[in-house]
Amino acid sequence: MTATLTTATFPKRRRPRSSSPTWVVARTDLRQLYQSPDFWVPMLILAAFFFVVAPAVLLFAITHIGGNDLVQKMGATLSVLPGTARTAIDRRAPHANDAVKASYALAVYLFAPLAVIVPMTISTAVGANCLVGEREKGTGEFLAHSPATERQLYTGKLIASLVPGYATTLIGFGVYALVVNLIVGPHVGGWFFPTAQWWVLMLWVVPPFLALTLSVVLRLSARVKSAAAAQQASGLVTLPAIVVSYAQSSGALFGAGAGELWVGAVAWALAGLGLWRGAGAVTRARLLGVDGDLD
Amino acid sequence: MDGAEVVEMHGVRRAFGGTVALSDLTLSAMAGTVTVLVGPNGAGKTTAVRMITGALRAEAGTVRTFGLDPAAAGDIVRRRCGVVAAKPALYDRLSGWDNLVYAAELYRLGSRAPIQEAAARFGIEHALDLRVGGYSTGMKTRLALARAVLHDPELLLLDEPTSGLDPESSRAVLRLIDEMAAQGRTVIMCTHLLLEAEGLADQVVLMEDGRTLVAGAPADLVNLVWPHPSVVIDAVDRSVLEVLMRLPGVLAYHRDAGSASVELDDLARVPDLVNALTAAGAQLTRVTPHEPTLEELYFAVRSGRADGGLLPTRAPAEVGV
Repeated sequence: MTATLTTATFPKRRRPRSSSPTWVVARTDLRQLYQSPDFWVPMLILAAFFFVVAPAVLLFAITHIGGNDLVQKMGATLSVLPGTARTAIDRRAPHANDAVKASYALAVYLFAPLAVIVPMTISTAVGANCLVGEREKGTGEFLAHSPATERQLYTGKLIASLVPGYATTLIGFGVYALVVNLIVGPHVGGWFFPTAQWWVLMLWVVPPFLALTLSVVLRLSARVKSAAAAQQASGLVTLPAIVVSYAQSSGALFGAGAGELWVGAVAWALAGLGLWRGAGAVTRARLLGVDGDLD
Repeated sequence: MDGAEVVEMHGVRRAFGGTVALSDLTLSAMAGTVTVLVGPNGAGKTTAVRMITGALRAEAGTVRTFGLDPAAAGDIVRRRCGVVAAKPALYDRLSGWDNLVYAAELYRLGSRAPIQEAAARFGIEHALDLRVGGYSTGMKTRLALARAVLHDPELLLLDEPTSGLDPESSRAVLRLIDEMAAQGRTVIMCTHLLLEAEGLADQVVLMEDGRTLVAGAPADLVNLVWPHPSVVIDAVDRSVLEVLMRLPGVLAYHRDAGSASVELDDLARVPDLVNALTAAGAQLTRVTPHEPTLEELYFAVRSGRADGGLLPTRAPAEVGV
């Protein structure tokens, strides 16, 4: 029994922990993800583009290359912002020129949907593969014979899908805050970001939209025959979800505080319903890849 | 637990869509024995294993594992079972150690000791820090076996554990299975390689089309199909062998292009046969008692089933281990 072994080495052998199977499944899936740079490097690039590169370039161009035609047009868009937004901008930077006001509006309002696109894209990519992937690799057989309950397996997979997207978003949000404060802050009297609405958006609105989308994606992943089919189907599901959450998150930022809270509350309720129904999609028969499920 | 019935399946049926995987499976495995499920592809062996742990449910019939219904008490049953699937079902991106830790954590083992012991036992400790994707098939099988015994299960279910292995690795794996059985574990192994079951099985269950054709201890099954001992005889001048047909104690005589084989009422007749043939002028080149292999048994049972003649009339359950 000789073997050709890869030369990759691993850190110190860790000790098994006595935790719930839910966390064991989630932790192991995340470990596999971490050890798959071919998967997470493109996702990191995506997040970096949306949270750092695009905002930095745009904001820098507007605040430092004033007077050109683009900036004039950007300044004109201020007039189409809702009244609450225009009031907030005037209050923050009453004497600033149109370019600065435009950059402030971009930073606070118009990049908001990025906070939704990035986690959804990443989590959907992870979630679409998480159950059908087990079946395709044959490891579903191991899980099907394991003592973990189907609900524990489902929840573990959900956490493992949710964490990469949401964690990337939180980190991206932090970096984004740094970028906009450094570029726009000096022109509006100091650091101004994140605003209260952004905190609500990140902590109250984005998570349920993410969970709601994942509840559908995991159901698809449990039912389809191949990872490719899961990715295709998830893309179709995620696209309208992104559009809806894009609109909702923009609205949440433009609207009053109560409206934002309501949007989040409704999203949480829908997410709870979706997850509760989605949990039934994970059965041992499906992990084994057999039809005619009796469970 | 010796003597207790660890697995009991009676009249089990399961279909997937329009395909019937198990139509009427009946089997029983006693504690501390090795039961080998033998049958062609599609016989229902894998489905039977999945029913035993409760990973799949039966549409009809009874399944009891450790006296429990695995469909209702699957979490208890699965804690007491170790399974090696037909494909090793390992996580290629993880190291061997992490694969074992995953299983250890699911079974709530909080220490490194069982992992180290299992790895040492199956000779893979040197490769534990390496990614499983780089393992050979033999090493993957060893790792899968190590993972299956981590939690010291009472029942081991092995689905074609030597599939895809070279003969040397295959023999090593079978030796390890034999050792585990010797330590008192109940083993149920699926295979379509009959040589594997030879010498390992306390009980053989021949399956076809999702049902049990015949089951019992290998010696009992051989006696069932061939109730009389058989001897292969050859001589320089084979025409002399015709004498055998007239000798007392010879129940049947078969002769192909080569040697002859005779069925006797008693093996003690062999010296008389040799004397009679020698007296008739035969120069004997071979006198060998024939011990049918499982492979011969398998084909005899299947062909008997096909032509409606050879299959034993006794029910499988009547042939005890």
